[in-house]
Amino acid sequence: MNYNWDWNIFFKSTGIGSEIYLDWFISGLGWTIAVALVAWIAALAIGSVLGVMRTLPGKVLPAIATAYVELFRNVPLLVQLFMWYFVVPDYLPEATQIWFKQELNPATSAYISVVVCLALFTAARVCEQVRTGIQALPRGQSAAALAVGFSIGQTYRYVLLPQAFRVIIPPLTSEFLNIFKNSSVASLIGLMELLAQTKQTAEFSANIFEAFTLATVIYFVLNMSLMTLMNLIEKKVRIPGMMGGAK
Amino acid sequence: MIRFNNVHKWFKDLHVLNGIDLQVAQGEVVVVCGPSGSGKSTMIRTVNQLESINEGEIWVDGKNVADPKTDLNALRAEVGFVFQHFNLYPHLSVVDNITLSPIKVKGMDKAAADKQAVALLERVGLAHKKDAFPAQLSGGQQQRVAIARGLAMEPRVMLFDEPTSALDPEMIGEVLKVMKDLAESGMTMMVVTHEMGFAREVADRVVFIDHGKIVEQAPPEAFFKNPQHERAQQFLRQLLTPMS
Repeated sequence: MNYNWDWNIFFKSTGIGSEIYLDWFISGLGWTIAVALVAWIAALAIGSVLGVMRTLPGKVLPAIATAYVELFRNVPLLVQLFMWYFVVPDYLPEATQIWFKQELNPATSAYISVVVCLALFTAARVCEQVRTGIQALPRGQSAAALAVGFSIGQTYRYVLLPQAFRVIIPPLTSEFLNIFKNSSVASLIGLMELLAQTKQTAEFSANIFEAFTLATVIYFVLNMSLMTLMNLIEKKVRIPGMMGGAK
Repeated sequence: MIRFNNVHKWFKDLHVLNGIDLQVAQGEVVVVCGPSGSGKSTMIRTVNQLESINEGEIWVDGKNVADPKTDLNALRAEVGFVFQHFNLYPHLSVVDNITLSPIKVKGMDKAAADKQAVALLERVGLAHKKDAFPAQLSGGQQQRVAIARGLAMEPRVMLFDEPTSALDPEMIGEVLKVMKDLAESGMTMMVVTHEMGFAREVADRVVFIDHGKIVEQAPPEAFFKNPQHERAQQFLRQLLTPMS
């Protein structure tokens, strides 16, 4: 292949203001992190509530949570994103519609859509992990908690969830990384996150290989750092005497 | 203190409790025994409604536990329960296992709860293990912590569901000794166990249950020397000479 690699491209001017291409990548990375982190916090909260609902006695609450999971798990992420960005706003009350479509900065409305989309999509997956984490605990744990007079809420809060979350840290780590990777769908509705900036650099500079190589490296380093962070957390909360914890 | 009135329970088609009538007086120690599958564990779990009942009444300390208006959480806080598999909270240290419910259910302040926990651990001979985690303890030690956890709520009754059947033989004695001390302190106790030595020495009364029915109840001397019911005779024979 006859290709002249030019790694200096990132320090060259984009021709727009005084920006160099590296500035675009930095700004793109900023959006990627802003989308993924906010969506993750929401997904963790919503998914935990749903996961608990699926393990509660009775019929109604588990059924609602199950229906949610099936809906959000069985529709492609991109279809969901287009629904949140193109379809749902048309069904908002008129004042909100005008605000969302006209008054908001287009980047902000795209940001809101993608955060809502990723949060609700990932919540379905977090729900399943929280549910299995709870169900993996010995049945005696909830009996022991109820037997000392804990309410159902206290049983979950003090006994079941602290154990369940420890069990599911590894699969939750995967979801945490997935949400960063999935955030790249935002480029399809015009949010200038990392992938969008990469494509723009490739088009402006014609240095397509360098641009995508840098994007690959950034995603990789970002996810490796997150994985390391999660491993540290897992070690920190490990129960002494169990699961290979220190004696 | 505890009164069963014609209690029935079904698991689908299986009639696990078939008209149980039983009274346990304050300060009394009642040992419940019977063949496996006879319903004895189910029966003791109905006292604090870890198992619901289909018919009849169970009165604990003047409250009907099967009445939907009864505050089950408040009732359970007064009834200690010790499980076959200990069920300590594995993510908490020994002392936190004991203080969790006094702090969260009774609103006791942490310093007082810690002090009480240490006193209880001394009573079960495990004060030196207060900062250990359950997985670092032997089965016998875990069960003694579980008893201390139950006592921390200052219960009026203690229920034991086969407290020694998951233990290695050399650890059974240490748990039974704690239970004996507890009985001597005047605690009302209902104990499902096959430890006939414990029954003989500590119990005021032995209740023999078979197919969900109480078929015999008598003071331990009479029960062991001269069991009336054929099933009880057979059960005792098998317990004493399992190979015959």
